[in-house]
Amino acid sequence: MNLILVTFIILLAFTSYYFGRKKALVIQSSQRLTALPKFYGYYLAAWCAAPALIIFALWSVFEPSIVKTFILQDYTDQNLTKNELQLIYTKVKALAAGTYTGNITNFLDESANKYIQLKGIANSAKVAIILAILILSLSFAYRSVQKNDRMREPVEIFLKWVLFVASLGAVLVTIGIVFSLLFEAIRFFQAVKIFDFIFGTHWYPAKTFVRDGQPDPELMKDAFGAVPLFAGTFFIAFIAMCVAIPIGLLSGIYLSEYAGRGVRKYAKPIIEILAGIPTVVYGFFAALTVGPFVKEIGNAMGLEVSAESALAAGAVMGVMIIPFISSLSDDVITAVPQNLRDGSYAMGATKSETVKKVIFPAALPGIVGSILLAVSRAVGETMIVVMASGLAANLTMNPLESTSTITAQIVVILIGDQQFGDPKTQSAFALGISLFIVTLFLNVIALSVVKKYREKYE
Amino acid sequence: MSKIKAENVNVYYGSKQALFDVSIDIAEKEVTALIGPSGCGKSTFLRCFNRMNDVIEICRVEGSIKMDNLELNSRKLDVVRLRENVGMVFQKPNPFPKTIYENVAYGPTIHGIAQSKEEMDQIVETSLKKAALWNEVKDRLDEIGTGLSGGQQQRLCIARAISVSPEVILMDEPCSALDPIATAQIEELIDDLKKEVTIVIVTHSMSQAARVSQKTGFFHLGKLIEFGPTDKIFKNPDNQQTQDYITGRFG
Repeated sequence: MNLILVTFIILLAFTSYYFGRKKALVIQSSQRLTALPKFYGYYLAAWCAAPALIIFALWSVFEPSIVKTFILQDYTDQNLTKNELQLIYTKVKALAAGTYTGNITNFLDESANKYIQLKGIANSAKVAIILAILILSLSFAYRSVQKNDRMREPVEIFLKWVLFVASLGAVLVTIGIVFSLLFEAIRFFQAVKIFDFIFGTHWYPAKTFVRDGQPDPELMKDAFGAVPLFAGTFFIAFIAMCVAIPIGLLSGIYLSEYAGRGVRKYAKPIIEILAGIPTVVYGFFAALTVGPFVKEIGNAMGLEVSAESALAAGAVMGVMIIPFISSLSDDVITAVPQNLRDGSYAMGATKSETVKKVIFPAALPGIVGSILLAVSRAVGETMIVVMASGLAANLTMNPLESTSTITAQIVVILIGDQQFGDPKTQSAFALGISLFIVTLFLNVIALSVVKKYREKYE
Repeated sequence: MSKIKAENVNVYYGSKQALFDVSIDIAEKEVTALIGPSGCGKSTFLRCFNRMNDVIEICRVEGSIKMDNLELNSRKLDVVRLRENVGMVFQKPNPFPKTIYENVAYGPTIHGIAQSKEEMDQIVETSLKKAALWNEVKDRLDEIGTGLSGGQQQRLCIARAISVSPEVILMDEPCSALDPIATAQIEELIDDLKKEVTIVIVTHSMSQAARVSQKTGFFHLGKLIEFGPTDKIFKNPDNQQTQDYITGRFG
């Protein structure tokens, strides 16, 4: 029903576009147009589609809650809790849809009938109202087309609002995500002291699990210390950067300064393919190939190596990040003006001297920016660490032991059965928001550094 | 006394020929101006003297260019040594994003000229003085060179070029990005410098060529049309094309 209605509105809008343009051509024969004929079309189409779609959207948003209020009115005298009411409403809906399998009481049956009835009324009302609005707005718009009113300004204003609504949507969604993270995190911090979370050195949420009732507050105190996770996250990111920065940077310099056109043409896309490999593939590569390999080598050298070592996960993550650094630093190095190179060469500097003394310092802010972006990517990387670095949150600085990261723990917490309102589940949100703050911080610094760099050469 | 002697120089960019059989004698401690309409090959020719065309992948130079009997257009030539002897100043001022001091000290550092910090200070001071910039920057040598005005930047580039005491300085339209006052300063500087170095300058401004140079070469469509004393070129050229260009009938 809804689909047909929306399709109808959109088709009508297209038709009115052609109609409006045609009308403009007719007007043109007797008087001067106020805009190009297509603006007449846009004007009609906008007036046709916009009001009807807005009403349609509002209706769709409010209809369910209004229907719900009507249905639950019958239950107000039964002193039910909010959750019970919600359950009843769900049952009524299921019954109306014919998917309910439980006991059907008379009362429920009645409600279901009422629900179907209400829905029917609502649907017809919706169609009627939207048709009425279509007729009203189209006739209004058609009249101003007939009068040959100014068409350009309303169309431009309309477009401005369309763009505004799109950006508003993006901003609101972002804010919504941040706030939902924040609220759940606040609930978590009501159960666990923020001090214990930030400075605690034991992360073992599983031990707070109790079958019924509230967990022991003493246990809570010692179960949610995030220090091992932060340490693990930064440790693995550090290992990754140790791999990615030298290789990425040197290959970026090679590609931008040394490689001939032929090499560059093929090498650059190949390196960028690395960025296109799904992280889950890197993950099992790390878990099944690199991890055991590192363990074998370590054992051969007489070292104690875990099969899920931080080294393996970090190294593979580093490989994943190489293309970011090489591609971004290639771009910033290429953006260094050619006349600086010329100036250096003309002084008799060799290529490596020019790179080291002129190009690299000039590109440094941009390179630092790209590295920070890469770090924030490494800190937020999930799949590789989940698969390759182990899930036990050890507080260790030994790259051969297994350790865990914030992202990996969020996965561990939220897969499988979980109970909402449980501190264990909520701790995922606290971790999420800490991670968000860290990466946001890194991104802000990176972007401001890159911006400064741009200003310098513009 | 001839400093640079070019014979039958042909330059190609890929399959396109940019210079045709150019031969020229550049005299020592004089200013030689190369003039001509845009795209006539005068800059390309200038860049042959310090092998800057090497930087352009598709560029190919044929013919003989000798400086003091040293063949410049040879694979065996030590390009680093050559560029130490032949400095260059570009169209757009291009100081490095480093301090004023570091800009001037760049060449001496690369070529290992200064033995001590004092010697380096001395080189920087002399070069800046020769470039008539010392008085303006002596109190702020540790400021970034790119923060100077356009004219100052160009004089800084000249100071950078003379810091390694080259025998020849090539100037590729050094004043085209500058205002008249800065231009006058640079021209004055060129006049001073020619006591010690040979200068080849490419310029779009005929009045500039007339003011600063002793010899002038006129290029058109990749050919050297006429070359001779500046006075003669501007007052009584042999060639009709030169006459037309000088009097502003084309170009």
